[in-house]
Amino acid sequence: METNLAEKARQIRKDVLAMVLEAGSGHLGGSFSATDILVALYYHQMRLFPDPNDPRRDRFVLSKGHAAPALYAILADKGYVDKKELHRLRRLGSLFQGHPDTAKCPGLDCTTGSLGQGLSVAGGLAYGLRYQHADAKVYVLTGDGELDEGICWEAFMSSANFKLDNLTIIIDRNGLQLSKPTEELMKLENLHAKLEAFGLAVDEIDGHDFEAIVSALDKQYEGKPHVIIAHTVKGKGVSFMEHEVAWHGGIPKGEQIDRAYAELGGRMNG
Amino acid sequence: MAEKLASRFGFYQGLIEVAATHPDVVVVDADLAKTTGSYAFEKAYPDRFIDVGIAEQNMIGFSAGLARSGLVPFCGSMAVFSAGRGFELIRNAVAYSSINVKIIGSHGGITAAGDGGSHQCIEDIAIMRALPNMVVLSPCDSEQARKLAHLMYGYKGPMYLRTSREPVEAVTTQYDEILIGKAQKLRSGKDVCIIATGMMTPLAVQAAKELAAEGVESTLLNIHTIKPLDEEEILKESMACQGRVLVCEEANDMGGLTDAVARVLVGKPVQFDFVSVHDRFGQSGATEELLHAYGITSDHIAEKAKALVQKGCL
Repeated sequence: METNLAEKARQIRKDVLAMVLEAGSGHLGGSFSATDILVALYYHQMRLFPDPNDPRRDRFVLSKGHAAPALYAILADKGYVDKKELHRLRRLGSLFQGHPDTAKCPGLDCTTGSLGQGLSVAGGLAYGLRYQHADAKVYVLTGDGELDEGICWEAFMSSANFKLDNLTIIIDRNGLQLSKPTEELMKLENLHAKLEAFGLAVDEIDGHDFEAIVSALDKQYEGKPHVIIAHTVKGKGVSFMEHEVAWHGGIPKGEQIDRAYAELGGRMNG
Repeated sequence: MAEKLASRFGFYQGLIEVAATHPDVVVVDADLAKTTGSYAFEKAYPDRFIDVGIAEQNMIGFSAGLARSGLVPFCGSMAVFSAGRGFELIRNAVAYSSINVKIIGSHGGITAAGDGGSHQCIEDIAIMRALPNMVVLSPCDSEQARKLAHLMYGYKGPMYLRTSREPVEAVTTQYDEILIGKAQKLRSGKDVCIIATGMMTPLAVQAAKELAAEGVESTLLNIHTIKPLDEEEILKESMACQGRVLVCEEANDMGGLTDAVARVLVGKPVQFDFVSVHDRFGQSGATEELLHAYGITSDHIAEKAKALVQKGCL
């Protein structure tokens, strides 16, 4: 299983690179740090159906909406959106907006892009599903820099208060935000202790180790929302992008493009 | 004289009625249930009442999630906090993708009275109007607020409804038929067209009676739906009153109903004036004192209407 997931992740990263290159803008660093988590969710963990609106489906909220290219690549791979749309990221009239919009793109469960909002919406979604006795789960992926937003902490508090144990919050802890490392800009640590103090069940994992991701996603804590702090590498998969803030929104040029593709296992898909 | 009631209470009365036959209705509040009036709903349906604490941003985001799960959330706080504090959540989590969340702003305008300018929302109409997909409602009395609760449930999409703290005399009845997006004609005249919303409508009703006693016949349009505005009716009635138009609102005219009506009349031969809070923050005071200090009493309405009539027609 892990081999398959790793192979899928490599393919998704290549699609992401191609999409962002074609669009001329987009967020590679944060898409790559989140790719393995997204792949584990969509190809292993989540209950999905051919109809992306099937009410029995698990829900996913990409609170770090700027990682949209990675999610879009998955939606296209899953067949929820025509693959041709991969060439239209950020184009006028595209289903693939710069940040996810449910009014335009099928297969999305939440509109995001304004950081911090996804955690709040995911809380309401989990509450509403439980209220209606649906056994679907809600997964939300947030960035770490995003946690600067006060609403995240309002959402942590209410999710714990309402005992939303059908909610799993994954923090893409790549350590970098747009301009600086999180610990230099606005200290988050001790994140684990803070979240536990808020009443959440917290696990910490290597966010690029599929076995660890999958086993963390399988855990459930009765009466508590589950938070997974996934330690990741911003720009993961392309060595010169890794750990570099410059690749938050940077676009590779010239021979960088060849190097990036080479490291991801060859140009384009198949 | 009819009993005076506040629209903030009438609204939740209506919502309790709606909830009786619609199990998907839930109410979300931010620790102001007694203030907004939603405590009545909490009492009627404790398991359908969700309090997120003093966290209006989360109230809106959470409600967006509830709506995405298939429920029909009505969330509210004082207008300053629901529309104001929650604004960017309303924009991106609700309006942008047209999510079925109903937002209530109680204590609209300066009649939040004693609490002072920090709590008196004069800008909610303007900021909610500016959001694509958003419907903006402003009932004139408790009965109309009750009725709008029913209509809101029947409409799928984002809506903002402003209620008032102050009890006002009822000017509508349960027999009045209203429709979202349609102006409500309360009086028919030929000299001046008064266009009012919220608690200014009862004041305009009073002003219209005074005007009639002095021989000035006014048309009175009550605008419970500020967006989408009934442009056709406004234009028609304005022209039927020789283009004399007076807009009345307990809000900043900048971006409010005043601007909304002015848009409709661009290029038309009109004499146009308005009674509003103008571009000023509120302050503490007794309700009557505040209405006088800010120039939004029935006397102010009557005076401005007469001045328009004296100007003659174009």
